[in-house]
Amino acid sequence: MSPKLPHTEEPHPLELDQPRVAVKVPAVRVDKQGTLSDAERVDRAMSAFIKDFGRTTALYLESCIHCGMCADVCHFHEVTKDPKYTPIWKLEPFKQAYKREYGPLAPLYRALNLKSAVTAAQLEEWQHLIYDACTVCGRCSLACPMGIDIAGMISQARHGMFQAGLVPHELWAVAERAAREGSPLGATPKVFAERIEWLADENEIEIPLDKPRADVLCTMSSIEIMKYPDSLVATAKLMNHLGLDWTFRTDGYEATNFGLLSGNIEWQKQLTLKLINAAIACDAKLLVLPECGHAYGALRWMGANVLGRPLPFRVLHISEFLAEHVRDGSLRLRKVGKSVTYHDPCQISRRGGATEASREVLAALGVELREMYPTKGLNWCCGGGGGVVAIHRADELRYQAFRLKMDQIDATDAELPVTSCANCRQTFDDGGAHFHWNRTMHSLLELVADHLGELG
Amino acid sequence: MSLLDFARGPALLVAVLVFLAGTAWRLIGVFRLRDPQDLSEPRRAAAWKGIRLIALRSWPRREFLAGSAFSEIAGYTFHVGFLAVLLFNVKHVRGLGNWLAASIGSHTPAALPWPTLGATSSVVLSLVALVALLATLLHRLVSPVKRLISNFDDYFSWLVTVAPLVTGLVLAVQPEGPRPGGLLAAHYLSVDALLLWFPWGKLIHAFTLMPVRAITGMRFERKGATL
Repeated sequence: MSPKLPHTEEPHPLELDQPRVAVKVPAVRVDKQGTLSDAERVDRAMSAFIKDFGRTTALYLESCIHCGMCADVCHFHEVTKDPKYTPIWKLEPFKQAYKREYGPLAPLYRALNLKSAVTAAQLEEWQHLIYDACTVCGRCSLACPMGIDIAGMISQARHGMFQAGLVPHELWAVAERAAREGSPLGATPKVFAERIEWLADENEIEIPLDKPRADVLCTMSSIEIMKYPDSLVATAKLMNHLGLDWTFRTDGYEATNFGLLSGNIEWQKQLTLKLINAAIACDAKLLVLPECGHAYGALRWMGANVLGRPLPFRVLHISEFLAEHVRDGSLRLRKVGKSVTYHDPCQISRRGGATEASREVLAALGVELREMYPTKGLNWCCGGGGGVVAIHRADELRYQAFRLKMDQIDATDAELPVTSCANCRQTFDDGGAHFHWNRTMHSLLELVADHLGELG
Repeated sequence: MSLLDFARGPALLVAVLVFLAGTAWRLIGVFRLRDPQDLSEPRRAAAWKGIRLIALRSWPRREFLAGSAFSEIAGYTFHVGFLAVLLFNVKHVRGLGNWLAASIGSHTPAALPWPTLGATSSVVLSLVALVALLATLLHRLVSPVKRLISNFDDYFSWLVTVAPLVTGLVLAVQPEGPRPGGLLAAHYLSVDALLLWFPWGKLIHAFTLMPVRAITGMRFERKGATL
């Protein structure tokens, strides 16, 4: 489905020299893709919603008691106190579709018109709530007394929104670019190979590319490739230091998955399969995911389901990889000698289960770890996940949420804020620049690469 | 047939049948659906241990307490008071014994093996539950969040829940002796209404609470995610 755009050479030019790398502010926003009628948009949304109504989702949708407890733990509600940002309210059309079109009482709801049908206008109104105002961080899912995974259903609701052609301009643009070019931010295989060559020369380091066979396949996020190239160098330094048989590959390097974030299941599958096929092609035993939150969920927890069978290789987030090598003694690190506070990327800690890995690495770095409050799985989101940081019109809301994060970090008074997600990092860079904050978020991987000690 | 005979006779029978059939319909309608199999390699093989979420989510997190304290306290107070009176009020226990005996053709009331609450305790607990219910209604009306997300179901479910409490309280404070038929009929009718409505609205959470927590707990535990 293509957007209604005036013909230009490049409809969605990128802005790569700003604190936040994304599509440039569009002269005219196009938040509606295609030329579908309202009825067609609703039909397509309903069909997609219904595909997601399995047992668990149905149970969730039958069980909400409208207690509103999810509101107070959502950063967007917390900072605005606007009730429309109540997480479960963001799912209203999804709930409505279930109750009226699919649930066991649907015939009653329709016959007596107890629930009105979802309309195109309603879906358009909810676009802001489902995309701009939800980072899918999953904090709400921990507060629900019923145990409903609200965040999981937001991702499902996005499937319907995508099919209806109702995705925010920038998110659609980067997702479409990723499907077309292999990267949302222009890190095409050619650009990636050129960057590798340049970084290898510049840093006088060997960075293997396209080895036909390797034990370990390393991947990167487009944000790292285009904005934080030091992460590529850090990865190479680390892998070479450990003496591993590893490679990057141009047929599977980009771990970000804007198919997942925008709600296009086909694009999600296409991007995931690139990584899986590249790992299989080089007979990798291990695929290491970069410092990217949603990339972890997309491959570690959804990859096998996309493939339709268990993955024939292990998948580790880079922080888990580091922790494993710290644990077995093969990675020794020099002491950093500073106080550090760690920002938990939601998809890696809260929803991904790798909460302790980064802390093991920080312990090996000998830092004084000053935990935020709350921390670990309950930590506040940076406000930029779930594709939110890409959406320009969401900036003001995101900046408000970012205040929470700054306050949390300032309260620790730690010298180094550290995280393990490039998307969080750029959200910090952008939010920090907006507020003239005097702190900079650092990468755990780069900190490790700068403090490699003697081999174990 | 008097109103009382109707309320505790055919009306109650119909209400119980609707309650059973409607609840079964709704639950079977959900549980017959299937979820795709999760093929990812679990971080923790014993995902079943996630059922501890049933217990964990029964107690508010310290970190979230600021926003949830009122709902937690009011919710627990109402549920404990309501269930205690429903299950242990001496008249309820005796009535159930009589009904069970009658249903097997016995003229001797069955003695049920659980403790009973006397009239005074039942009145106090009912009052406490009533106050908690009134507080939740007030909160629903004044809280911008709750007002926005509430619908007919929330208010009607509140009404059919509070009605048996109120009619029961009025009955309980009557002087000793034969109970006025009209009041008793009202109490039965309010119970009938509660049973008739139960399967169609949010009250169904009484049956879905445990499965939802267990399923989410196992899914999250499998990944090692925060419970």
